[in-house]
Amino acid sequence: MANATAAAALAPRRTWIWWVIGIAAVVPLLRGVVPDIVSDYRLFLVTTMMIAAIAVLGLNLLTGFNGQISLGHGAFYAVGAYVAAVAMEQANCPYWLTIPLAAVICFGFGFLFGLPALKLEGHYLALATFALALAVPQMLKYKWLEGLTGGVQGIVLSKPSAPFGLPLSEDQWLYYFTLTVMVVLYWAAHNILNSRSGRAMKAIRDHQMAADTMGIDTARYKTVTFGISAAYTGIAGAISASVIAFVAPDSFTFFLSIKFLIGLVVGGVGSLLGSVLGGIFYVLVDNSAQSLAQFIKRDLGLAFDLSAYTVFGVLLILLMYFMPQGLAGGVIRLWRAIRR
Amino acid sequence: MEQFLQQMASGLANGAIYACVALALVMIFVSTDHINFAQGEMAMFSTYLSWQLMTWGANFWVAFVAAVLLSFVLGVVIERVVLRPLHTAPVLSIVVVFIGLLAICNSVAGAIWSYLLKEFPSPFPKTDFGIPGLIGPHQLGVVVITLLVLTALFVFFRYTPLGLAMRAAAQNPQMARLVGVRVDWMLALGWGLAAAVGAVAGIMVAHIVYLDPNMMGGILLYAFASALVGGISNPGGAVAGGFIVGVLENLVAYLGSQLEKTTGVYIIGNGEKLTVALIIVIFVLTVKPAGLFGRVVVKRV
Amino acid sequence: MKSNRRTFIGGVSAAALVAGNTAAFAQKKYDDGATDKEIKIGNTNPYSGPASAYGVIGKGIEAYWKSVNERGGINGRMVKFVTLDDGYSPPKTVEMTRQLVEQEKVLAMFQTLGTPTNTAIHRYMNQRKVPHLFVATGASKWGKPKDFPWTMGFQPDYHTEAVIYAKHILANVKDPKIAVLMQNDDYGKDYWEGFKEGLGKDANKVVRHVTYEVTDPTVDSQTIQMKDSGANVFFNISIPKFAAQSMRKAAEIGWKPVQYLNNVSAQVSTTMRPAGFENVQGVITAAYIKDPTDKQWDNDDEMKAWRAWMAKYMPAGNTSDVNYVYAHAVSFLMEQTLKKCGDNLTRENVMRQAANHQKLRVPGLLPGITVSTSPTDFYPVQAVRLQRFKGDTWELFGDILAAEST
Repeated sequence: MANATAAAALAPRRTWIWWVIGIAAVVPLLRGVVPDIVSDYRLFLVTTMMIAAIAVLGLNLLTGFNGQISLGHGAFYAVGAYVAAVAMEQANCPYWLTIPLAAVICFGFGFLFGLPALKLEGHYLALATFALALAVPQMLKYKWLEGLTGGVQGIVLSKPSAPFGLPLSEDQWLYYFTLTVMVVLYWAAHNILNSRSGRAMKAIRDHQMAADTMGIDTARYKTVTFGISAAYTGIAGAISASVIAFVAPDSFTFFLSIKFLIGLVVGGVGSLLGSVLGGIFYVLVDNSAQSLAQFIKRDLGLAFDLSAYTVFGVLLILLMYFMPQGLAGGVIRLWRAIRR
Repeated sequence: MEQFLQQMASGLANGAIYACVALALVMIFVSTDHINFAQGEMAMFSTYLSWQLMTWGANFWVAFVAAVLLSFVLGVVIERVVLRPLHTAPVLSIVVVFIGLLAICNSVAGAIWSYLLKEFPSPFPKTDFGIPGLIGPHQLGVVVITLLVLTALFVFFRYTPLGLAMRAAAQNPQMARLVGVRVDWMLALGWGLAAAVGAVAGIMVAHIVYLDPNMMGGILLYAFASALVGGISNPGGAVAGGFIVGVLENLVAYLGSQLEKTTGVYIIGNGEKLTVALIIVIFVLTVKPAGLFGRVVVKRV
Repeated sequence: MKSNRRTFIGGVSAAALVAGNTAAFAQKKYDDGATDKEIKIGNTNPYSGPASAYGVIGKGIEAYWKSVNERGGINGRMVKFVTLDDGYSPPKTVEMTRQLVEQEKVLAMFQTLGTPTNTAIHRYMNQRKVPHLFVATGASKWGKPKDFPWTMGFQPDYHTEAVIYAKHILANVKDPKIAVLMQNDDYGKDYWEGFKEGLGKDANKVVRHVTYEVTDPTVDSQTIQMKDSGANVFFNISIPKFAAQSMRKAAEIGWKPVQYLNNVSAQVSTTMRPAGFENVQGVITAAYIKDPTDKQWDNDDEMKAWRAWMAKYMPAGNTSDVNYVYAHAVSFLMEQTLKKCGDNLTRENVMRQAANHQKLRVPGLLPGITVSTSPTDFYPVQAVRLQRFKGDTWELFGDILAAEST
């Protein structure tokens, strides 16, 4: 905790972030102390939340800060996961190297996709990205790619273990790995947004024509943003390939893209912190919907065969009712109310 | 040649399905400026309502009319209860609400009627309708019904005061309010009409793809593409778009199979026909961003 | 665990004193998930998502354990069945399975549904050494005790079934030209590989092989392509919706091949009736389970008992859904397996007993089909019978068939 407080002293205004990171870094070590509370499974669960958070962060850069809607980020996630899986399976590439690899390839993919997307706006862009989300799982099964992607069977991988003989379990190690990647990416996103480029991105979101007249190269910014956004989501996919240790077309259905979108909106559009909250929500909501449905059925004795999916739908609508600006907006409002 | 004709006919028949659902999408868009992702599931729900009425002994057309009316009411209720309080919410929040609606419709239908596939009757006479070996009676019937609905909508929006008021409310709510249009009710009405059109689509589709809670999943994607390629604010365009997408898709499959036959190498086939069709659609959109039949909206700065 | 071992050792010495008292071997031994009062079993099922039609299997199994518990449980222990929704998404299955194994600490996973989903947890279950029993998928990879000693399938695998069709075609159709319609996923692929293997050197008899995606609204276009190939045999590897569509469309465009339909969609109410009885006469399929909508079983004792069970424990369930028969049958097998474990409820013993069934009659399976397993045979149900559609029902013909899978 000492380094956390030291760092906090360097950035007095943002102490809480360092506190959060510090706590996140210490908690897994308690696995030996309170194994029932800090279990491998829970660490794994938090790891999946962080992965989702990275993916939502990528989407947020594009949609929240640049105003380009995407219903197809599951496609980039799938590409990232497959790049990692193929590299590990075919080329014996170490898992950590798959992260930059997936980032580069997804950046290229996103950049190229961003070119025709320049011409499209609003609903039309939504359709184009939607099409992408549908096409990618199908292309993974394409006859001439089958040798590489394993076709419909997918690729079974093995989980990486901790390096240098560190006394960590696989789940602990992957947790730290993912945490590091997430913190670095969050910091990078924070810096991009507070730079000249970031202001240009936001200007395009707020009023493209005005940005254009001010001399911002909107086309370049938009395509590059698309690329960066795709790279973020692709990195998330690459980590997920190592964590889940399996990729298959069925893992990347269209609903994955929808879930990222839900994570984005529920977390908070145009808020970095919101992306992280959205990632957490994305994982938690399914599980909580299930237990809630069971609770209502068993303990309240509802005769109707209530499904978790119904509860999920109702939860979404209620959330939008009470926090149309997402959790981040809601939390900030709450914070202000308390401070006052 | 025979195959080509059959493929085109079946493409048209499928196109009619897409067109039907696309019409419902356009309805909501024209009247509320949103794309309703729950449209397919709502249509599925309406279809189940008519199925239920039929199992209770109602005649097809009675069930049809009743289901359409019920759907209209349900559409209005959903707008008033679910969407009304969210008038000021950002677009993406509305999208999430639609996804929530989708989940609810799908799972509730599954819980009430089970996920088991059900057959759905066709109202069209089996004989002396359709062209034997080319297009079945029901498929021809769907084409006819789609065109009928389109005509009705066209007349409604173009020539009735209510239709004009609805368009005005969607396009410029403030101005519409100033000239005395009750904008919020127009929105509800738009939802009702869209739900009703969706019900027609669902009932027509169900005989072809059979009735189950997931029946609209795939179709909605095609309908979405159809509506956009034709121009999302233009009912006629949406119908044309539906036929275009349906035919295009089969054409891709047909050409792929011919190519494989002549060259002996598999290049594209049924696995890729959707992808290829979508690429073409997107290409069209980059050239004509407002769709083939859409009007370019000039933005004032 | 420690105290368990101690009591066990104590038991053995006590037995030595009584000299040869076999009761000593009935000393209680437990792994996670089993106690004097309870046996905990985990399961994942797609209650939502694209495969939600199979969600009823999970519900049927839940009802079955309820009926077992009302009868007094298994050797006095209540069965606690924890089933979670994975939405047919492999990553979710991993998450749910880990929750069940590591948090809920179940004794075994049972009937997890789906090929991709089970593939995702296949290695995990075997590394953890947790029984992964009677999985609900027809892929052929679940019966490999050498590499995966903790995983066992249940139903006849698709591969074997397809081999049987291929052999039947070669033996019965003169000069076959075969068209195949296949769902483009691993379920379809498994059938397709088996089919090719069964044809052997006659694999070139397949003149057209078309695929569809589950998101396709119809398979009309594919059916037209198959007709165009001039095929006289149609092997249909599709789920009920598309099986019905393709058979109806074939009749509509005047294509009259000899038809073979995969068992996946062989139900009367969800495939044959929607396709139109007049369009499906003479279709051949292989079956191992009784179809509740097939009137030939109306007076069958097992099916009557099943209906009574449905009425009592699953009153809202649809009795025309064959998945409930399936759920009942597979749960029966699990119950027998656990019963045989006696008081030795270790994971190892569960697997040993699961691999130790001899010609067990499971209600709901077709007459003459029984369950046999051994330490080298991890395919519980391996036999099928061919049947042909006539009028509005299936007619069994020929012997019980079994092709040994690798």
